[in-house]
Amino acid sequence: MKIEFILNDKKRVIQVDPASRLLDILRDDFELTSVKEGCGEGECGACVVLMDGKAVNSCLIPAGLIEGRHIVTMEGFRKTERYKVIEESFLKAGSVQCGFCTPGIVMSTESLLRENPLPSEEEIKEALSGNLCRCTGYNMIFEGIKLAAERGKGLW
Amino acid sequence: MKDSISKPITRVDAPAKISGAAKYIGDIHFENQLFAKTVRSDKPKAKIVSIKTPSLPDGYYIIDKNDIPGINRMRTVVSDHPIFADDEVNYIGQPILLVVGPEREKIYEIVSQIKIEYKDESAVFSIEEAEEKGTVFTEYSYSKGEPEAAFHDAVKIIEDEYHTGLQEHVYLEPQGITGEYKDETMFIYGSMQCPFYVKGAIQDVLGWDSDRIRIIQSITGGAFGGKEEFPSLMACQVAVASLKTKRPVQMIYDRDEDIICSTKRHPSIVHYKAGLGKSNQVIVLNIDIIFDAGAYSELSPVVLQRGMFSATGVYNFPHLSVRGRNFMTNNVPSGAYRGFGAPQTIFGTEMLMHNIAVKLGVDPLKYKINHLIKRGDPTCTGGKIRDEVKLLEIIEKVEKMSGYRRKIERRKKFKGIGVSLFLHGCGFTGKGEATIKGKIILKKNGDTVILKVSSVEMGQGAETCLRKIVAHTLSLPMEKVICETIDTGLIPDSGPTVASRTTMIVGGLLRQASLELKDCWNEANEIEISKTYKHPDFLSWDDDKFVGDAYPTYSWGANVAEVEIDSLTYEINVKKISAVYDVGVPIDEKMLRGQMQGGIVQSIGWATIEVMNSSKGKLAQHNLTDYKIPTSMDVPEIACKFIENPYEFGPFGAKCAGELPSAGAPPAVAAAVSNALGIPIKSIPLTPEYLMEIDKHED
Ligand code: FES
Ligand code: FES
Repeated sequence: MKIEFILNDKKRVIQVDPASRLLDILRDDFELTSVKEGCGEGECGACVVLMDGKAVNSCLIPAGLIEGRHIVTMEGFRKTERYKVIEESFLKAGSVQCGFCTPGIVMSTESLLRENPLPSEEEIKEALSGNLCRCTGYNMIFEGIKLAAERGKGLW
Repeated sequence: MKDSISKPITRVDAPAKISGAAKYIGDIHFENQLFAKTVRSDKPKAKIVSIKTPSLPDGYYIIDKNDIPGINRMRTVVSDHPIFADDEVNYIGQPILLVVGPEREKIYEIVSQIKIEYKDESAVFSIEEAEEKGTVFTEYSYSKGEPEAAFHDAVKIIEDEYHTGLQEHVYLEPQGITGEYKDETMFIYGSMQCPFYVKGAIQDVLGWDSDRIRIIQSITGGAFGGKEEFPSLMACQVAVASLKTKRPVQMIYDRDEDIICSTKRHPSIVHYKAGLGKSNQVIVLNIDIIFDAGAYSELSPVVLQRGMFSATGVYNFPHLSVRGRNFMTNNVPSGAYRGFGAPQTIFGTEMLMHNIAVKLGVDPLKYKINHLIKRGDPTCTGGKIRDEVKLLEIIEKVEKMSGYRRKIERRKKFKGIGVSLFLHGCGFTGKGEATIKGKIILKKNGDTVILKVSSVEMGQGAETCLRKIVAHTLSLPMEKVICETIDTGLIPDSGPTVASRTTMIVGGLLRQASLELKDCWNEANEIEISKTYKHPDFLSWDDDKFVGDAYPTYSWGANVAEVEIDSLTYEINVKKISAVYDVGVPIDEKMLRGQMQGGIVQSIGWATIEVMNSSKGKLAQHNLTDYKIPTSMDVPEIACKFIENPYEFGPFGAKCAGELPSAGAPPAVAAAVSNALGIPIKSIPLTPEYLMEIDKHED
């Protein structure tokens, strides 16, 4: 099946089985390896990308669903000013350890702040509920996101 | 704290990880690479009668025991795990063969066509059953004082038994290794804690000289002990596959496969018999520890040893006898897991002390304080507590932070508070460090210093921490102090990245080398200094009798947990953890806080929601839908503080840290639950079913 979609601001046309996972398309066909596979069943959030601005688990999205959509991965997002703010804040707050969860968490953060530029702690927790992190115990990630919201006022 | 080593800096590995540029093994594509999938036993114990394989299309291979040029066993403490099953299998998930080829789909198709005929044999599924049948792998014992006579003098005897369950590591990056046979050399790349363990294992399996083997660690997405011995097994398999196919072979597990076959935390049962003196003090303690080692022994003997030497916790019991046994069962092998046997026995001992105090009608914390070990006291194995023990200061601080006194007096049903005291023996157990003799090299090259060590970054912050020790000593900016690639061809063996030894032991060697380098800095443009670990003379250890200093020193801690329990569902809500630790001097206060918080949450998981059962050798939970770990919604508020207590032989006074938090939170949470429900707790995980049952029973 032929599918047309926008990937990191570029129009792409691919020939794929409509059942193949967006995760595999991104990793195997486009070599976008910031998108990680931690479980393959929608539980961990390591594979989160933005679809029309919203965080989705790319392991659960079949190719058939991306027709005409805007997909953004870290490879695209990391060129933005908002990314810079998140990066600085995560560095400052010590939000990163092994890093395997981190790209997915950054994507979820972007999706949250777009909708809600000044989230409360509860709203941050809610927004991250689909992103597992085994290293940090989450608290320092919450701090990173709060810091990003503060420092990036006006960007979202 | 301005110029103090503890002042936080930015982690060196974080930018690439945040941007997604960091490449883990699954992100690295090798030219011409093949994929591998393992065919595993679905029987807990059986003889393999026959294996029928389909005819293979061009470019596809089956790799099994017949392809191994050397020894078909994985080298570790006890080298008993076959790389590929010989003619029998001993657990569900045991590897039998690999299917290797260029297309994953085709590989899966071939796998589905392989038919294995088994002859079932009778299996052992639980520690209780194993104890009955006597399938013991290892048995140790030690004693102190005169336990028998002391039981005679005791005015009261209390017996109790404590249970802990399986725990899966759930490092977020599943296991993955690539092997590449090239230029007569075997290159192994992958996610791992111990490159030189992998190297030794490959040597045995290929039967080659060590100079034809290179192990290169890739960025490692979490490990927690789960990538201590296990990667050796995968590495041996892909090495054999690459040797046969002459192409790179990559094997990355998906989560289900990872959970089914990788090592877990040892389930335990610890039985206590305590003799109380006239003032209700525990004067004598009998501790009988049993661990489920699973189907192969591997690292279990040393896990058991740490469990046994940590079993007295932070207390000085005058008379003591301790027995430990590892049992063989037909469950997936147990292995290294953060804390390495100690969280199990510390859980038992902390809960025993708590439950005795409650039974006596005294405050658990006061009761515990009456038994604390002090500087100068003998350790449980007759060594000596040489360094200052600041437990009272730690306790005072944690009481203040949590309002423990005030809150414990106002007990309400379904709301509780509990305290735990704990320690971690720093570095390897017994003669471990003296045997490994870790080496490091420090090389000055113009204005840059290169650090050559085998300690890996796996999320815990080792790279930043070790570079910081050197940079701080030489007053150089971090960018001028770099780490050599973790490639066994380029670095000396500083020992494995385990046992919370990296900062104290490897960092300690680097600190010595940097001080030396500082003295001769201007003498040449290129200077190389190497250091080898020397075990301090004053430490003695008898490995047969278990007498002496099991550890050179200890890190200490106290946790207070506050919980609320749903009165209908009995679900536990851990509201807050207050934690105070003495890890000597923090090398980086922020990184350390991250380690402690992560360890707290991971071990709360073990104590509460992380339920893993095996029924007839088959795990009931084999994905993250069934096996729940704490999410952002489950984590408590965590207040975490450190008190300084510099250790003479640690770099800048640092001791061990990474595993310490794993022992603290479980007994604190369990004590809080006990306080909330007014019932003794003797088992984790604290599932709603278990709580409901015992609460009813007590009523
Ligand atoms: S890989 Fe998609 S949610 Fe885990
Ligand atoms: S940093 Fe390791 S899983 Fe989040």
